[in-house]
Amino acid sequence: MELRQSHLVLAAVASGLIGAAVLGWSAASAAPADGQKLAFDRGKGNCLTCHEIKDGPAPGNLGPALNDMKARFPDRKELIAIISDETKRNALTVMPPFKRNLILNDKEIEEIVDFLYTL
Amino acid sequence: MLRKIFVAAVFVIGAAQPLLADNAVDPQADFKAFREYFTKRFPKVQLNDFVNGPYSMDEGLRKQWQQIEEFPPYEFAVEHGKEAFAKPFKNGKTLGDCFPNKGVGIRQNYPYFDTKSGEVITLELALNQCLEANGEKPLSYTSQDMAALTAYMAFTSRGKPFDIKIPNDPRALAAYRSGEEYFYTRRGQLNFSCASCHVQNPGGHIRTEVLAPALGILNAMPIYRSAWENMGTITRRFQTCNSQVRGVPLPGQDVLYRNVEYYLSYMGNGLPISGPGARP
Ligand code: HEC
Ligand code: HEC
Repeated sequence: MELRQSHLVLAAVASGLIGAAVLGWSAASAAPADGQKLAFDRGKGNCLTCHEIKDGPAPGNLGPALNDMKARFPDRKELIAIISDETKRNALTVMPPFKRNLILNDKEIEEIVDFLYTL
Repeated sequence: MLRKIFVAAVFVIGAAQPLLADNAVDPQADFKAFREYFTKRFPKVQLNDFVNGPYSMDEGLRKQWQQIEEFPPYEFAVEHGKEAFAKPFKNGKTLGDCFPNKGVGIRQNYPYFDTKSGEVITLELALNQCLEANGEKPLSYTSQDMAALTAYMAFTSRGKPFDIKIPNDPRALAAYRSGEEYFYTRRGQLNFSCASCHVQNPGGHIRTEVLAPALGILNAMPIYRSAWENMGTITRRFQTCNSQVRGVPLPGQDVLYRNVEYYLSYMGNGLPISGPGARP
């Protein structure tokens, strides 16, 4: 988390846009709407391919419906782990290893988890 | 869910493990395990119905299909293929001259292992080899023209059981093994093997698409897909499936694609040719 932030700040300093970048980051983490966008976007999470999610059109069913997330996954780290690389828990899963295969970065995964916690 | 994954694990690992443990390739034993896996998992599906792909898995889709088949959307392709078969080349010969029985009723025998070249010869490859041998231009493996030729050949072979032979030749066994390995190897940014979708999850929904079972998955090829609004060859389908998992598709009729086709067709032995097919 801290590493992420300082990376961003570094990048921002380099491009001379400190204010905008820091604001951008804090706005994102406070807005699950972005997480929803990432989760639904076919080029990003594309979670709807396999999971039913509230308000998501044309979902698939290879994985369980994503609901009641706070009750079922009180530990945020667990959700991050599942999205990052579910093959670590279940070698045969078809769920893509989003972080390992560079489909989603840490920031995007955090945003998706924020969104999941609204479900 | 758990049970589903477990059963798939037993099958996939069971199929892959002996390959690693010793070097004996045993297509007959694979065939038996493969068929048993599907018939046990889907006890209500009639054996010959597996060739109908997604329709064998989903009642709602089947109803739509019955309506589609009232005016088969692949009919024009069969007609076009029939004409192309009869049309003389510049040298006076025809496509039919390259094939046993003029190409009629023989689709179930492809692919075969050619002991001369030491390679798997699929129908699509044989068609282009024929064109080239007669001084004609080969067709793109994903073209409507190619699909028309295989549609015609499939149509004249409907109901005939796949009859794929693996000669007792180490090269044939190696080709079979390589196709099998390709089928079970995960690839692409999304980390899928062919088996992830068509063995682990047949009947499952990817968005709104219903996944076809790997048993009999080639019997209906080529297919008219409403989503494409035209025909798809086996090459096109393989390349599309590779792209869907953000993998790099192989060139048409690459030796690996031919080996996968050899493996899957052998697994479909005994099941009737049902092509050309119509898909949503
Ligand atoms: C290609 C299929 C596929 C995609 C895409 C996919 N998942 Fe999954 N997911 C699964 C499957 C299958 C499981 C069941 C557990 C397993 O296989 O290990 C699962 C399990 C989960 C679980 C655990 C749920 C539970 O009730 O146990 C969560 C949370 C989850 N996925 C979130 C996501 C998110 C978020 C995304 C998108 C960023 C996503 N998944 C994309 C297939 C997928
Ligand atoms: C991410 C999932 C996925 C993977 C991985 C995948 N496919 Fe598919 N495949 C599909 C979908 C979706 C369809 C269209 C619906 C259907 O017919 O199954 C399809 C259709 C097919 C069909 C046509 C079946 C029919 O009856 O219409 C064949 C043949 C096929 N795939 C072969 C393969 C091969 C070979 C591989 C590996 C190189 C592969 N697939 C990998 C999703 C996948």
